[in-house]
Amino acid sequence: MIADLGFFSLLTAFLLALYGCAAALVGVRRNDPKWVASARAAALLSFPLLTISALSLIYSLINLDFQIEYVARVTSHSMPLYLRATALWGGQAGSLLFWSWLMSAFASAAMLRDWRRDRDLQPWVIVVCLATLGFFLSLVIFFENPFARMWQGVTGAVWTSIWQPTGALPYIPFDGNGLNPLLRHPGMIIHPPMLYLGFVSFVIPFAFAIAALVTGRSDDRWIRVTRRWTLVAWLFLSLGLLLGSRWAYDVLGWGGYWGWDPVEIAAFMPWLTGTAFLHSVMIQEKRALFKHWNLLLIILTYDLVIFGTFLTRSGVLSSVHAFAQSAIGPMFFAFISITLIASLALLSRRWQILKSDVQMTSMLSREALFLLNNFLFISILIICFLGVIFPLASEIITGQQITVGPVYYESATGPLWAALLLLMGVAPLSAWRVSTARTLGRAMWWPFIGSLLVLAALLFSGLRNPGALLGFWLCAFVVLVTLYEFWRGARARSQSKSEGFGLALWRLVGRNRRRYGGYFIHLGVVLIAIGIIGIEFFQQETQGRLAIGERLELGEYAIEYDSLAEWQTDDGRLIDRAVLNLHKGGEFLRQIYPRQDFYMEAQQPMTIPGMHSTWESDVYVLLVGWEPIAADSATFKMFVNPLVNWVWMGGLVFIIGTLVAAWPEPDSALAILPAAGQERRRSAEARG
Amino acid sequence: MSSTTLVRPNAGGLGRSKFLIGGLLILAAVIYLIISSAAAGAQFFFTVDELLARGPDAVGKPARIAGAVLGDSIVYDPESLTLSFTIVHMPADTRLINDEGGLAAALDAAVVDSTRNRLDVVYIGVKPDLLKHAAEAIVSGELGEDGMFHATELLLRCPTRYEEALPGQAG
Repeated sequence: MIADLGFFSLLTAFLLALYGCAAALVGVRRNDPKWVASARAAALLSFPLLTISALSLIYSLINLDFQIEYVARVTSHSMPLYLRATALWGGQAGSLLFWSWLMSAFASAAMLRDWRRDRDLQPWVIVVCLATLGFFLSLVIFFENPFARMWQGVTGAVWTSIWQPTGALPYIPFDGNGLNPLLRHPGMIIHPPMLYLGFVSFVIPFAFAIAALVTGRSDDRWIRVTRRWTLVAWLFLSLGLLLGSRWAYDVLGWGGYWGWDPVEIAAFMPWLTGTAFLHSVMIQEKRALFKHWNLLLIILTYDLVIFGTFLTRSGVLSSVHAFAQSAIGPMFFAFISITLIASLALLSRRWQILKSDVQMTSMLSREALFLLNNFLFISILIICFLGVIFPLASEIITGQQITVGPVYYESATGPLWAALLLLMGVAPLSAWRVSTARTLGRAMWWPFIGSLLVLAALLFSGLRNPGALLGFWLCAFVVLVTLYEFWRGARARSQSKSEGFGLALWRLVGRNRRRYGGYFIHLGVVLIAIGIIGIEFFQQETQGRLAIGERLELGEYAIEYDSLAEWQTDDGRLIDRAVLNLHKGGEFLRQIYPRQDFYMEAQQPMTIPGMHSTWESDVYVLLVGWEPIAADSATFKMFVNPLVNWVWMGGLVFIIGTLVAAWPEPDSALAILPAAGQERRRSAEARG
Repeated sequence: MSSTTLVRPNAGGLGRSKFLIGGLLILAAVIYLIISSAAAGAQFFFTVDELLARGPDAVGKPARIAGAVLGDSIVYDPESLTLSFTIVHMPADTRLINDEGGLAAALDAAVVDSTRNRLDVVYIGVKPDLLKHAAEAIVSGELGEDGMFHATELLLRCPTRYEEALPGQAG
């Protein structure tokens, strides 16, 4: 049976992961490359094995093998093929298997790089990757087995196990539960894989960091080797967060995109430490500073990734009172504690050799500003973490559970985000080592004047909200600084190489991908910030019951109720769809169609907004209620969300920027990882 | 670019204390932000029993209550968007919930038990899709003079069918 095949290859992969860890350790102890080669083979083999396992689960999901409990839980007859297949990550057990499969893919990919320069690191990278994989596989096998089947005894009782109990017969339900309708959305289908890709690829830099710590290397080799891994991890994590926001905006129907839900924050926290890490490794590469700090950041990121994987699927914190309810909760808690303590112990043992003889000297130097950037990201992390554990902590301390809502997160992190925006404007203009207020002031004179002009224009147009004015001014400042940087670099290049300005700009970016990719990312962040300021400060809403022909007005927009139709679909939905005429400034603009899909099988409605989306604002209308049968009146909730599309546009720019920064250099385009290593060796030799 | 100099000025005690003072100032600002925001955003989490036990003391204070929804009590007036329903006391402690056989069983036990304390909730807004019989409602707001709980935020969980935790819709 296919499920047996899946389970046995899962079990084999688990045993191989344990063997691989042991073999790598033996290899180190006996200083015998043969054992390490064997451990490497085990790591490589885990990928095809888990691929078989994942494919057999997908096969069972597609063919609706309802005897398998997981299949019965997340699929049903009414679900189309693509939803059955992607139900692989629709529930906890499948998600954990999917996570493990990705982990084995990344571990294998890391094994395929050119290790000639890093022989000493290899066994430890294997140990970290396979120990992480082994932990997740043990959860899949012993606690959350997606291949467990249901059996019915003579008494009629049904239980779940992988083996057939004596005297029991297979129990096959007529239909499955199906995936929660709210999750049946394209955004929700690609959002978890993106998030998981981001989570898993952060394991690789962590593995190299631990390897460097164990072997006592104090150079920045581990950072250089994993730079691209980190960027890719960060890219996927950012994509996952953006897609999740888009899903919330399209499906959850509260007119927003981010609710400071513990599950969202769980995915956000590794992004915060990851972003801090991306910035601070540059200081170690340029100035050999902050070695301890970078190691600490990657250790934190790794454990937040594990924590995030746990929270996003188990939902323990959303229930507010159920930390140990899930069987795997204590396991995760133990694993996080062990890895955190072990990594920190290792770091403290190597503390001395990591000490840098260089010191920071100037408060306005690039490295000092990067340090401040890190400080701000970590402060936001602490605010988020405190918010997430506040209910648990307060219950333990006072016996009384106290929660903090979005108000807490918004007012605590708001000023810090503003400070980060300001830094984004100032830091690119400051110099390494020594920078004074005078040199810095000279460099940012033009962008500063320009941003003041923007501010004046905003004041002139009637904008008076101080928070929004400050935010927009900062955004203008960062955009101008960034564009100024592009212009300055291209002009210098075009003069010295006598190239045309366009060509010079193209080559400038092409030759300094990391730097200018980073600037693109900054521009994307500013666009996102503009969108957030728009919706946070200027969102309008109203609601009302409309008879046919009646209007509801909000700002310059008005909706007019035209009609409502109800019909059934083949996939078991009862759809009620309203037709509204949208007017702007009294003129008819277009029709929009808010609707409610009622999933009959699940007895659950889903509210889908009718939207008119422009770069200026979104008109977002929800169908809330209606008179049955005649439908001569219906209730609507209407939002105008200014500038919200800038968030998604910014996301796009952000992703393009990350791709620019992560793109391999031209001469190493053929073989990404090995060639990149050689190229660095060449440049290192040239420098040395 | 401003001029970069390779000469390193004396990084003596003054340099260090400069960074230390700067760091401490920022740290103080962050701590202030956390405390003031927590004070503004904090809500006490009660069970229905705990809220009612506080009597008149509880009136007008921000609180967050979890309880099981009684399906028959749900009344929604789409004209005024006024939603009212009754929640039944259920334990907040994980152990007690597990003793009852998990969250789904605890919710089912709560809605059939007529001896338990109940609380009427009023909420103005869109009726959430997940609001139904034996769902767990987490309401934030305050107890009014009228003995009704006036909710400004409404989150729901239905553990019976789907294992995924979802943020509450249309809250």
